[in-house]
Amino acid sequence: MSVTIKIEHAVKKFGSNTVIKDLSLTVEQGEFFTLLGSSGCGKTTLLRMIAGFNSIEGGDFYFNDKRINDMPPYKRNIGMVFQNYAIFPHMNTFNNVAFGLKQQKVREPELSRRVNEMLETVQISELRDRMPKNMSGGQQQRIALARAIVMQPDVLLMDEPLSNLDAKLRVEMRTAIKHIQNACKITTIYVTHDQEEALAISDRIAVMREGVIQQVGAPITIYQHPANLFVATFIGQSSLMDATALHVDGQPAVKLYDGSVRVLPGMRADIADGTALKLCIRPNEFHFADEGLNASVEERVFFGDTMRYTLRLDNGQVIEIKQDIHQPLAQIGEKVKLSFRSDVVNAFDAHSEVSVMKEVVQA
Amino acid sequence: MKKRRFLNGWTLITAACFLFFLFFFLYPISRIFINSVYNFETGAFSMKSFVKFFTKRYYTNTVWNSLKVTSLATLSTAFFGGTLAYLARTIRLRGKRVLDIVMLISVLSPPFIGAYSWIVLLGRAGVVTEFINKLFGIQFEGIYGFSGILLVFTIKLSPLVYLYVSGALKNLDNSLNEASESMGCRGVRKIVTVILPLILPTLLASALLVFMRALADFGTPMLIGEGYRTLPVLIYNSFIGEVSQDHSFAAAISVIIVAFTTAIFLLQRWVAGRVNIEMSSMNPLEPKKATGIRNVLAHAYAYVFILLELLPIIVVTFNSFQNTQGSMFVEGFSLTSYVKAFNSMGSSIANTYMYSIAALFIILVIGILVSYSSVRRPSVLTAVLDTTTMFPYIIPGSVLGISMLLAFNKPPLTLSGTAMIIIAAYVIRRLPYTIRSSSAILRQISPSVEEASQSLGANGAETFVKVTVPMMISGVLPGALMSWMSIISELSASIMLYVGTTKTMTISIYTEVIRGNFGVASALSTILILSTIVVLLTFFKLTGRSEIEL
Ligand SMILES: Nc1ncnc2c1ncn2[C@@H]1O[C@H](COP(=O)(O)OP(=O)(O)O)[C@@H](O)[C@H]1O
Ligand SMILES: [Mg+2]
Repeated sequence: MSVTIKIEHAVKKFGSNTVIKDLSLTVEQGEFFTLLGSSGCGKTTLLRMIAGFNSIEGGDFYFNDKRINDMPPYKRNIGMVFQNYAIFPHMNTFNNVAFGLKQQKVREPELSRRVNEMLETVQISELRDRMPKNMSGGQQQRIALARAIVMQPDVLLMDEPLSNLDAKLRVEMRTAIKHIQNACKITTIYVTHDQEEALAISDRIAVMREGVIQQVGAPITIYQHPANLFVATFIGQSSLMDATALHVDGQPAVKLYDGSVRVLPGMRADIADGTALKLCIRPNEFHFADEGLNASVEERVFFGDTMRYTLRLDNGQVIEIKQDIHQPLAQIGEKVKLSFRSDVVNAFDAHSEVSVMKEVVQA
Repeated sequence: MKKRRFLNGWTLITAACFLFFLFFFLYPISRIFINSVYNFETGAFSMKSFVKFFTKRYYTNTVWNSLKVTSLATLSTAFFGGTLAYLARTIRLRGKRVLDIVMLISVLSPPFIGAYSWIVLLGRAGVVTEFINKLFGIQFEGIYGFSGILLVFTIKLSPLVYLYVSGALKNLDNSLNEASESMGCRGVRKIVTVILPLILPTLLASALLVFMRALADFGTPMLIGEGYRTLPVLIYNSFIGEVSQDHSFAAAISVIIVAFTTAIFLLQRWVAGRVNIEMSSMNPLEPKKATGIRNVLAHAYAYVFILLELLPIIVVTFNSFQNTQGSMFVEGFSLTSYVKAFNSMGSSIANTYMYSIAALFIILVIGILVSYSSVRRPSVLTAVLDTTTMFPYIIPGSVLGISMLLAFNKPPLTLSGTAMIIIAAYVIRRLPYTIRSSSAILRQISPSVEEASQSLGANGAETFVKVTVPMMISGVLPGALMSWMSIISELSASIMLYVGTTKTMTISIYTEVIRGNFGVASALSTILILSTIVVLLTFFKLTGRSEIEL
């Protein structure tokens, strides 16, 4: 059944263009694993190497202990869901879903039983005899999902399966996918460029950039403890602020541009004084205070439960902050003092862009 | 390991298709080049065939004749077909559907039925001729020679331009039309400055087709040309001719024709390459209701066309039911011509259907395989194959026929006189169209559908059979029908290749006309046209379409 996927030192070249240089990754059995990265970073390429549609120029791919590098796609026992659904246009819903089972010589009545069950699971039983031509994207995507899962594959691969759907359907389908995956516990690799989707759906996420994995971790870990500046800015919104490392009473601390000093309890103690750092502060980690950085309010937008402010610091930098609506409100043009939660902000080495926080275990 | 074997499978198939082409096309065509300068009996090289051709006024005149009538016919069909298509797309015409179908049937009807019918109507003893002569008391001799050929070509080939241009106008975005009108550019000026440039690529492509067909047409000048000799007639006479056979000379003429068609082809390519425009219409041109004199004139133009296109068909159908005596039609109607046709020509009717269906099957198989390998598994070999399979475009049927005879009339490759050689000629002639249309269809099918099939456990071959072919077939079918209909009316290659037992209907019609058995010829023509109509209407009925791509 479900397998562990292990990738060691994978290399992918298109002609002279090396898209993936040296990539290693382990996906645990039954896990919902997401490859997240902006367009063109090599997610699809990696997924298609796992599926067997792309040649492998180097490294080893394993399903459990079985090396699959030279196994053709149709023998890998994978289920694949494509961005454009790839429904067989000449077959009705039932036959689309039954295709793989027939391929495995599953006979009636088991065939019909399994297909019908699957159609029920993805809630398209009423489309059983319809041709795909006039179906909506959501319906077609359900067929594609059913078609892949009914095979009880060892691995389920999905390449941006929701990106052609409208926003509302996207949320609905993503819940459905998560539900079904939870129920059948198939090792799943899911590709998306949408961080919100990745955070919502995954057990673990690998953040990719230019063919290199930046960080692998649970959604909360990645959000709270980004391994480097790229991950910090790619996931969620942040403001960056220059700072210098120092120690105050043996405690790690930072000096800000205005000369004020903050103790960062989460920072590693071995960072040398004077090291140039970048602080990465999320909008909700700021708050107005009596003492702190001088800023003026340039703009504010009301979001119901929160108010978002655009502030200009007195060094000219523009930052975004988010306040609970029950906090005292600031007016546009008002001069304010700004502080932030030094217990949760992240700091990065300004040159290597790597995190200097204790919580982050560097690979 | 498995993957490699699968790839080899496609390489093998590509290679096999290439060998087929090499054997039945490239080798024969190379033979006309060799034969034109090399005598196989004496083993001597000589340019004497070319010298003979270019030093005798008699022959150079033939080139001039062919070019003159072909070029003028191309211009006139482009004008008439183009204007009619524009009218029919912009002005709402009653009976537009009839117009479309009549045009289609006319394109698909056997090539020389027109010539025959126009002789019946406007020939020396033609119905219309006699009427005119009586009415005006003049001695009109009927149309033969240059004007006769031009008339028949124009009427026969305008529908081709009509159908192509009509298709292009369908893809023309009406907002372009409206934009130009909103800027004050209307009427003829709009047509010349906006519409014409947009459909120019199509117009050129269809003009090329017309040119090739007119240049290669053998039946029309043979029947109605009288003293006006054209190149295909010359080839036929020097190759098959009862007076004297000169294979080397026929080969030399073929080389000259191919030189012309290649030049024209390259010229068209070059022009088309400079005016290439991509069009896809969200907002197609809507025919509008015209009023007053414009409406009357537009309808008159369309109806005259319908009449002219239908007349040949009406004439042969009418003749086929008339009683005959020798080569004369006499009073009264009966089915005698049909009885005679079935009795004496039964085998040619059977041959027509057998050969055409066999050829169609081979065309479909090779066409789908070649297009698949060149679209999905491109390699140097597929690129070469893709290019060579396009060559038949520029090889006129009679040249292909001769080349095959030259190649296969001696042991160890004696195929002349077999059904196989005729079927091969059909296949070679239609294959380029099928490969082109299949490739276009395949490019529109996302490869991920095939990958989905593989991810579900179907290997390459199973995926091809269960997924790729079924997805392609609905797109390939219209083209296949067109191929079948063109095949059953093919004459110029098969006339070179037939023997008594491998006669087809078009050949029989031709030989019967030559012998003066007009009744039987008409009956056979009617059967042929009827087959076309039945197939077309069935297709429209089954698919719910009202148009078919050529
Ligand atoms: N078949 C191919 N041939 C050549 N280059 C390719 C091919 N497929 C992808 N690439 C290149 O590989 C890089 C990664 O592409 P891809 O994996 O599709 O990115 P993503 O799915 O993350 O958007 C891109 O730069 C793309 O241009
Ligand atoms: Mg992608």
